[in-house]
Amino acid sequence: METANRTTGPYIGAPIKRREDFRFITGRATFVDDIKLPNMLHAAVLRSPRAHARIHAIDTSKALKIPGVVKIFTFDDLGELAVPVPIRMYQLAGLERHLQPLLAHDKVRYVGEPVALAIAESRYLAEDALDAVEIEYEDLPAVVDVYEAMKNEILIDETAGTNIAAVHEFSIGDVDQAFREAEYIRREEFRVHRFTGNPLETRGFVAAFDSGKGELTVWGVTKLPHLNRQTIAAFLKMPERKLHFIENDVGGGFGIRGELYPEDFLIPFASVKLGQPVKWIEDRREHLMAANHSRENRCQLEVAARKDGTILAFRAMVYGDMGAYVRTHGGLVPCSTAALLTGPYRVPNYQAKIHLVVTNKTGLGTFRAPGRYESCFYRERMIELMAKDLAIEPVELRFKNLIRPEEIPYTVGVTRPGSAPTVLDSGNYPSALRRGLKEFEYEKLKPLQGQLKSGRYYGTGIACFVKNTGGLEPYEGARIVLGDRNDVAVYLSISMLGQGHETAMAQICADALGVPMDWITVYHGNTDTTPFGWGTFASRGTVMCGSAVHLAGQRLKQKLLSLAAEQIGVAADALELREGKIYRLSTEAVPLDLDEIVSRVRHSGTLNQGLPELEETAYFHSNQMTYSYGVHLAHVAVDAETGVMEVLKYLVVEDIGRAINPLLIHGQTVGSAVQGIGGTMLEELIYDGNGQLLTGSLMDYLLPTSTDVPDIGSVTLEEAPSPLNPLGVKGAGEGGIVGTGAALANALSNALAIYSIQVKSLPLTPDRIRAWISGRAC
Amino acid sequence: MSAKQVIKITVNGRAFERLVEVRMTLADFIRQELDLTGTHLGCEHGVCGACTILVNGEAVRSCLMLAVQAGGARLETVEGLANGNELHPLQRAFNDHHALQCGFCTPGFLMTAVAVLKENPAPTREQAREAISGNICRCTGYQPIIDAVVQAALELRGSQREPSK
Amino acid sequence: MKPAAFEYFAPATVDEALALLHEHGDEAKILAGGQSLMPLMNLRLARPKVIVDINRISGLDGIAASADGGLAIGALARQRAVEKSVLARERHPLLVAAMPLIGHFQIRNRGTIGGSIVHADPAAELPALSLLLDGEFLLARKDGARIIAAADFFLGYLTTAIEPGELLTEIRLPKWRAGTAWGIDEIARRKGDFALVGVAVRAELNGGGILEDVAIVMFGVGGKPQRIESAEAVLKGRPIEPAVLRVLSQAIADELEPDSDIHASSAYRKEVGGVLARRVLESALARPARTPR
Repeated sequence: METANRTTGPYIGAPIKRREDFRFITGRATFVDDIKLPNMLHAAVLRSPRAHARIHAIDTSKALKIPGVVKIFTFDDLGELAVPVPIRMYQLAGLERHLQPLLAHDKVRYVGEPVALAIAESRYLAEDALDAVEIEYEDLPAVVDVYEAMKNEILIDETAGTNIAAVHEFSIGDVDQAFREAEYIRREEFRVHRFTGNPLETRGFVAAFDSGKGELTVWGVTKLPHLNRQTIAAFLKMPERKLHFIENDVGGGFGIRGELYPEDFLIPFASVKLGQPVKWIEDRREHLMAANHSRENRCQLEVAARKDGTILAFRAMVYGDMGAYVRTHGGLVPCSTAALLTGPYRVPNYQAKIHLVVTNKTGLGTFRAPGRYESCFYRERMIELMAKDLAIEPVELRFKNLIRPEEIPYTVGVTRPGSAPTVLDSGNYPSALRRGLKEFEYEKLKPLQGQLKSGRYYGTGIACFVKNTGGLEPYEGARIVLGDRNDVAVYLSISMLGQGHETAMAQICADALGVPMDWITVYHGNTDTTPFGWGTFASRGTVMCGSAVHLAGQRLKQKLLSLAAEQIGVAADALELREGKIYRLSTEAVPLDLDEIVSRVRHSGTLNQGLPELEETAYFHSNQMTYSYGVHLAHVAVDAETGVMEVLKYLVVEDIGRAINPLLIHGQTVGSAVQGIGGTMLEELIYDGNGQLLTGSLMDYLLPTSTDVPDIGSVTLEEAPSPLNPLGVKGAGEGGIVGTGAALANALSNALAIYSIQVKSLPLTPDRIRAWISGRAC
Repeated sequence: MSAKQVIKITVNGRAFERLVEVRMTLADFIRQELDLTGTHLGCEHGVCGACTILVNGEAVRSCLMLAVQAGGARLETVEGLANGNELHPLQRAFNDHHALQCGFCTPGFLMTAVAVLKENPAPTREQAREAISGNICRCTGYQPIIDAVVQAALELRGSQREPSK
Repeated sequence: MKPAAFEYFAPATVDEALALLHEHGDEAKILAGGQSLMPLMNLRLARPKVIVDINRISGLDGIAASADGGLAIGALARQRAVEKSVLARERHPLLVAAMPLIGHFQIRNRGTIGGSIVHADPAAELPALSLLLDGEFLLARKDGARIIAAADFFLGYLTTAIEPGELLTEIRLPKWRAGTAWGIDEIARRKGDFALVGVAVRAELNGGGILEDVAIVMFGVGGKPQRIESAEAVLKGRPIEPAVLRVLSQAIADELEPDSDIHASSAYRKEVGGVLARRVLESALARPARTPR
């Protein structure tokens, strides 16, 4: 791991060990299932075992007779409160016809759809209650393939009248002309499979309604607690201020956790109705069928180019398998596939048409680099196919088409619905590629391409990428308060799901304010104490909230310097605040302790404009995304007789503008690369023709373990800080996963060149690899 | 609904006596009856290892045992690793190497590592990699966990501890 | 995922256990290591009304030398104990060498030899090994006991010849002939997973390099572990040459009628089964045969 050093203070850029670790390594953390309240009841969700069926009757009478079972809620109990799960973003016209009801009433549309909520004295009893509920279903045929669904022979929603929930198109330049002029055209159909994030902690809530005060506290929230509180308050017809949403410790998210699902509404509802705390903890079997799925996507991609390899145009038809309902992300996942399909390359003409199709499956949502993993796979595979056709070395073909630093900022055009144009903010893409080739010793590995040694074929694959981070939603905030005895509190508007923000934000604050890092405590996720914000996703935490912390820190520093200047009787610019003390520049005078200022202000009624607390709140606004970028390189060995592929070497080079804490960045890169390798080779959510989810447990949905991956090399570059925020940072949470499908597929194709295999679909499993080699259908 | 039995059990050196439902899993018993919530549930079907504890010195998946089966046994959980606030070398090593991000899998890995190092006090990196292959982590990519186990092994053997960052 | 309610018994002796099994018939399920049964119960895929927990029965977990030079393994012997047993390694090196393929060490700490055999997952290693090693099982019941050969025990997917009321108490492996070559390998999606396809072999060469006796058992290729006699016939009396081994691969691929599931297709298991068998046999014969000390 290596970073360029660009610190302006003692803390930013330093690989400081995490301060939050103590509670996790001692088992003293508080995850939502660790919360135990007096009088707490337990919930279990009755989920449809059918993929597509009408509900004729629900009989809860037997279940209610079980001692310890308190209540079973069905749709009718919601009454006038019944609302569907709303779409929060990418609200393309038509998607609103496919919103998910909180509980099914007339029809179920996917295996796992919530039909009833049982409340009992223990989870064991709640599950006994589920067993005893009798539901009369009338099975309907199910559709699980996007192309089949588009025939509209089996309708997911009869009222909508079509399974094509929405279509979005955009066009940049003149694609038709480019294809007419082209000396080379190739058309391919690619496919990415359905898989998802599977954080190790499943979802869960504890909702505690205080019927005395009429206030509700909810634990287990994350990602966007303020927004979610707003929505749940409206649902419950309660003032926002009477809901207290508290994020405690969170066992990972990867985009899956923190979005609104039916349970986000149902559990608070149950607590309000019953006047008792209600706990619901999702189990793994549920998680696989209830939490957002992701990635499944098909793309018919056409490229037009000159014979010398210059890309003239892309034309893409994208098909997203949305599942049965459109959830909070609206059309984001398939639209994101199209949005950055051109990646770091110069593609002057680009046309895309995105079809969002409903099927009888669990709904789709974001999973780390949504759409970008998919589009990187499509594009980087297409580049390899092109290279072979045109007899151009694949690396050279990339260099030829990579946007050059002098062209940046580079406007790609409007590639997201209703959004500002995609503008690549800063970067030196050829430099990152060169660095990757050098670090990976690509020249040494090249002669091994497709060679058979000791019974295995060797191959190296490359994938270049850009990833938009930050921005997306307009602002984040931070409030910094200087208290008694050298105590600095930083209140963040974002959430924490394991990224280490408690440490990184403290580093930013320490440098901006000029105090020792161990004075600082970071608070997050509590809607009562933290500023209003939009949340932690799209790797925007450090970009947005870090910038807010920086601004707030600087402002508080200025305030303190002004107060000190007044006290000492000098100009503020004759003073400096560092390491928690105020020094008079160019003198040997004894520095002033901040504590003195705190004390004076608290005791005065006039200093600091009459405000007794020394604090500053700052919001950082940006509607522009920053773009991290880089390259993935994979070296594999494939046993052609068994189809078993081993990843021997893997490297991610990523430029993130500026590294606040290289230890944390490295951790994100390695972790996301392993997640990507596992997703590419092991994980898949598989449905049968009847819409039954066959991968119903971790025995069938295979997560990568330590022996499935090599050590991951990671190089963090800081060659191109972002001009869009005061720190120059770009997000670092997703770059490590973006290129994994592409790099591995390219490596495999190169390894098995002798079999003329061109990988166009994922995952890369031994069975599929053998099928490609032997020419059988898979 | 379900029958109950009294069990006597020692956890982290402390004796407990409790009345439990016979169908309650050992993991739930530790978490709910003893309020030792450091042991986590990631899957409840024996795959992820988040629930790993030591029973009579051996690493087991506590979600696959019934509480009544542990009557008379000696349990060790993550809460017993530190000596007050003085961390066990494994805990220190996890912090040194950034071997945790969300921290949910961490207690399971720590207890697995305790068992591994008891049997193999000097694992190579590859041996450590294999020894932890029964525990799943979604955040770290395993590399730093392997590094941490190897470092802790060094320290437990009394060798010179590598200077931390 | 919490188990459904059940009646729980933890007998202290085999007789007590047998009495319970007799009384409750097919409503009772034996709980040994729990590594197969507890996941099913937590998922509520199995809802036994009665659990007979045999872990408190002493004397069922021994690993002993039998008079004929073989091994007598108590049904409750933990897989990890067999893995570490010096006696077991001396008398049945293949058995001990196969143990690390089973799950992970945490699973083997609790999982038992008997449990795996009675559970009879067709992709599991122990049932296949018991078949290859010509094992015999002692099944006790309230009014007696019987011995059944492994070859007659495994009937189909998770189905064995054990009757309600019976308890597997001992696994007997006959003497392993000194100088026998052995090998086991499997293709699995991840280390420790059940095999997509697996092969265990034993073989004896005469002084002239001719194969005198060979047994090939495959697992993960159907409802139960399968001894491939047609393939053995191809090899017997032949020298081990590439041409012969190619014929072997093909014979195995032709013989197998595996199932398809989400992890591998039938075609995959057929093709790769043949390849794997050839490789395991090759490496078995290349490994110097160890004489027990």
